[in-house]
Amino acid sequence: MRKTRANRKTLQRASGAGRGLWSDAWRALRRNRAAMSAAIILSVVAVLCVFGPALSPVEFDYLDWDNVSVPPGIEGWHFFGTDDLGRDLFVRTLVGGRISLMVGLVATAVSLLIGVSYGAVAGYLGGRVDQVMMRIVDILYAMPFMFLVILLMVLFGRNIALIFIAIGAINWLDMARIVRGQTLSIKRREFVEAAQAAGVTTPRIIRRHIVPNLFGVVVVYVTLTIPQVILVESFLSFLGLGVQEPMTSWGALVNEGAKAMENESWALIFPAGFLAATLFCCNFIGDGLRDALDPRDRSA
Amino acid sequence: MPLIEVRDLKVDFGTPDGTVHAVRGIDFELQAGKTLGIVGESGSGKSQSVLSLMGLLADNGRSGGSARFEGRELIGMADRDLRRIRGNRIAMIFQDPMTSLNPYLKIGVQMAQVLELHEGMGRRQALKRCGELLEAVRIPDAGKRLQSWPHELSGGMRQRVTIATALLCTPALLIADEPTTALDVTVQAQILALMQELRRDFNAAIIFITHDLGIVAGFCDDVLVMQDGECKERGSVDRVYAAPKHPYTQRLLAAVPRLDRNARPRGKRAAKAEPVLEVEGLDVVYSLDRPRMFAPRLKLQAVTTGTFAISPGETLGVVGESGCGKSSLARAVIGLVPPSAGRVTLLGGDLQDADRKAWMAARRNMQMVFQDPLASLNPRMTARQIVAEPLGACRGDMSRAERDERVVRILNRVGLKDGQLDRYPHEFSGGQCQRIGIARALAPGPAVVICDEAVSALDVSIRAQIVDLLMELQDELGLALIFIAHDLAVVRQISHRVVVMYLGRAMEVAQSEHLYAQPMHPYTRALIEAAPIPDPRVERSRKRELLQGEPPSPLNPPPGCAFSARCGFAIDRCRQETPKLRNLAHGMVACHRAEAIADRRA
Amino acid sequence: MFRYALRRVFAAIPTLLILIALAFFMIRAAPGGPFDTEKTLHPDIEAKIRAAYHLDEPLVQQLGRYLLGLSRGDFGPSFQYTDRTVTELIREGFPVSLQLGACAMLLALLVGVSAGSWAALRQNRASDHAVMAVSMTGISIPNFVVGPLLILVFAVHLNWLPAGGWPSGGLAERLPNMVMPVVALALPQVAYIARLTRGSMIEVLRSNFIRMARAQGLAPSTILLRHALKPGLLPVLSYLGPATAAVITGSVVIEQIFGVPGLGRHFVQGALNRDYTLVMGVVVFYGVLIILFNFLVDICYGFLDPRVRQRN
Repeated sequence: MRKTRANRKTLQRASGAGRGLWSDAWRALRRNRAAMSAAIILSVVAVLCVFGPALSPVEFDYLDWDNVSVPPGIEGWHFFGTDDLGRDLFVRTLVGGRISLMVGLVATAVSLLIGVSYGAVAGYLGGRVDQVMMRIVDILYAMPFMFLVILLMVLFGRNIALIFIAIGAINWLDMARIVRGQTLSIKRREFVEAAQAAGVTTPRIIRRHIVPNLFGVVVVYVTLTIPQVILVESFLSFLGLGVQEPMTSWGALVNEGAKAMENESWALIFPAGFLAATLFCCNFIGDGLRDALDPRDRSA
Repeated sequence: MPLIEVRDLKVDFGTPDGTVHAVRGIDFELQAGKTLGIVGESGSGKSQSVLSLMGLLADNGRSGGSARFEGRELIGMADRDLRRIRGNRIAMIFQDPMTSLNPYLKIGVQMAQVLELHEGMGRRQALKRCGELLEAVRIPDAGKRLQSWPHELSGGMRQRVTIATALLCTPALLIADEPTTALDVTVQAQILALMQELRRDFNAAIIFITHDLGIVAGFCDDVLVMQDGECKERGSVDRVYAAPKHPYTQRLLAAVPRLDRNARPRGKRAAKAEPVLEVEGLDVVYSLDRPRMFAPRLKLQAVTTGTFAISPGETLGVVGESGCGKSSLARAVIGLVPPSAGRVTLLGGDLQDADRKAWMAARRNMQMVFQDPLASLNPRMTARQIVAEPLGACRGDMSRAERDERVVRILNRVGLKDGQLDRYPHEFSGGQCQRIGIARALAPGPAVVICDEAVSALDVSIRAQIVDLLMELQDELGLALIFIAHDLAVVRQISHRVVVMYLGRAMEVAQSEHLYAQPMHPYTRALIEAAPIPDPRVERSRKRELLQGEPPSPLNPPPGCAFSARCGFAIDRCRQETPKLRNLAHGMVACHRAEAIADRRA
Repeated sequence: MFRYALRRVFAAIPTLLILIALAFFMIRAAPGGPFDTEKTLHPDIEAKIRAAYHLDEPLVQQLGRYLLGLSRGDFGPSFQYTDRTVTELIREGFPVSLQLGACAMLLALLVGVSAGSWAALRQNRASDHAVMAVSMTGISIPNFVVGPLLILVFAVHLNWLPAGGWPSGGLAERLPNMVMPVVALALPQVAYIARLTRGSMIEVLRSNFIRMARAQGLAPSTILLRHALKPGLLPVLSYLGPATAAVITGSVVIEQIFGVPGLGRHFVQGALNRDYTLVMGVVVFYGVLIILFNFLVDICYGFLDPRVRQRN
């Protein structure tokens, strides 16, 4: 409702000093309990993955033939039990988490880099350049990319760098489309015209007017891309096309757990739980950010 | 017994920040066949009060008080019962005709559903009745239009369709919420005339909500003035307009510019100064998408041979309906869109082949104020940063400290206090945002400022303040102003000279007092006649010759004179030969028939 | 409308060609051919085999030959199953996958659209939050996690449903075997469609023409069915293309998990066995399917939106 916004505005005006949209968004986000709990859980998972393995006395690839298929317990430090080769699942889950989170971050960064530059260039230049660039994106968009990535993995071996590149290369399409659309709409806003009329140079217009206003959309989209990327990596690993043994990731662990679940349900449940919780949290944070940054939804 | 009797009507909205009291207890009654105007500025609660009568508030809205309609209480009535009244006994017309019709249903289906619901008619019978009503609202080819999709109709036509739909069940009360605000002034006059006629034929009472005091004066019997959810004054239009009691009403009436009086007193304008800006034969052509693959691109001629000159201290008004090319003209002059022909000379310097450096220098001398106060300010910059930006861009000659000091001085001058300078645009009101926009334009110390619809988005009282500010600044700084607007009254208030544009061409250029008193071009006359005047006596005595139809698409302009299709004086020559702008008694006019029309008038 | 369809065809063809060429050259660029995995062959024999499979021709000619074959529905021989053609394998596996995928799509549309509309009508109430929370779960848990979990609960512990398999015979006999794979395949799509429907419905319900319909006294159910449903579902329609792609991709793991002898399992087996022609055949087949479906969705969209239909 318009009313609400007007009201909030008056409240703010009474409060004195200026406050930007970011601090407004931050306030709205902090009020979103789901997003805040998700952020806390996600940080706990991340901290566990980074430092957790160091707490355990065993290595992730240590085969302990005396302790095969041990159920979860405090005893022998096997909090999540062991698999059928006697490897400790607590350490393996956390080490696998490192891979999954890293893929999530790096591949998202790749898609961010390609997508933002491609989209911003197409959007800002406009005209024929834009048409050609977007036509290319349209063609690529209709490709069954997952299959091409599988093909790539089959042909060129299971290489983690290849995974990063392949996944990043798929996801930039969305990013490019979104950034282009946003750039176009910002470019048409009156404040950009006003800057042009005031004699502000093009690089400065991009830096001061376009990019800061693009930021919100990109931030939201990045938080929603990370879970997608993690999902793709786990999918590949599940099919046995991702990281190679003895290195592991959540997808590979879920695959192993699924094969052994009749006897060792813990081997499925713990990695699956971590994977689902991470994806869940990322999606919640993304949703929360979107609500916080979208002025219309904020006032609804 | 009155048709509707409203007592202590309240509307509250529950929000996360507490309850907002949108309407705080208003009273009115309305007799059958009478018309009540509710006027107020944005946020005054005028729309919410009638929505609450219909039970159409948003989910978080609560209404209180009493509203008795035909002996039944509307407030608190069950939705099931209210639905029998809505569209049947009380019908409603909304502001935006472009979005009020469902784009996925044909006109006939959307209309017929009302009759099927309330009168239990079959589809065939209902469609027949719908056709009759479309004829009643003067839609040509009414029968065919039933099979049309909404997007095939123009804005004016769509509003006629919503009016016809509202009248289908011959309601006792018609509520019109800003029904003409989204329309051009000549189309608005057509719709108002139509509603006046229908009011007689259908004998419906009307509640007419508007921000325009002029419309109320001509259209309503009673008026209710709202501010901040309260009724400030209520009475017959004659009494309220002649002798307003409440200070708010007085202020409001004083703030409305009037078409029929107070042309701007000649200020300190130098009598025969050299023009600061000269524009000659300016063409603006946009290249659009191809209609089909391999077909040539469509060309949209937005401005044709724009020519004018302006001296220091002078205001040149540019008026015309939407799509007449007035904004394109401004953008081409200031270099935001490249003109395809013509010459712009600023302070003696030709900008036609200007390089980047020359443009930079030119920008220092020519600045622009935009229409939308909020959208024209970057939401991520503070007021201080916004005003400092053009200074940084084109006043390299000033030191940093000088620039900072100048920013503060200008912001103070336009009415912002020191404590407000580091706030962001969304923390300011619309009027304050426009003050910042003006400060930004003035910062580099320009000789020419172009105001593109700079006050159109503002409420009446704010608009008056901004116009006053602009005039003060002009006198102080000797600015040349190009003031672009669709509102003739505002243009008259501020301008020394006025250009009337239609379909990209100047139709008439004349001194303001001559233009409004003795318009030479038939289009200028039509515009002036269509604009309402906030005085009931004047409005009632006015005889209007209404313009038919709507402006043609600039993609497909008629041959000859662009106005010939709608002109009552057009002869064959007008439809074949495009008239040139030529000197006549009081100014310049582009009309073959100007003398004949003047003779007939005399 | 015809011109619109024609333009869509022109858009689909280059996509198709690029896809095939990309897959083709990727395979040829791969290190190691299909025959040098096991023992070393005598050069003469190898040359003969290469000639038999036309591997000795220039690449472009091979591509041309492949395209020509494709246009006749011939995907070439399988490198692993020497006595079978890829076409045969596809013909065998696809009907199974189609049954699974079609059921999952239907389920996803049915449940997703109704849950989404319901949540939109009860915006910000408890039932809305419940639907949104459930669908967030559906989006967040990948189907290769849902599959094993379903087996764990309903087959291993409760013993209600068979853990997998695909009995031949009528649909009725297969029904118990189909429940879990269909649910696992449909779940993320249910969730996504529900969120999409809710969002677009809320947008539509806020629009002026809905307020107008309410002001005319129409009942909420009429407003929903006659005025809101069509514009509200158009985004869902355009999502059907990506949804098909997602279901096809998902079916690859689901078939693996539930032991369904569909095309997806051939694909995974082929991938692990480096059966290049089979993998390529399936990629091309699925690619064509997805592009075709996108095309159909575009046409439907144009048909439903009067503005799109007439602009072209």
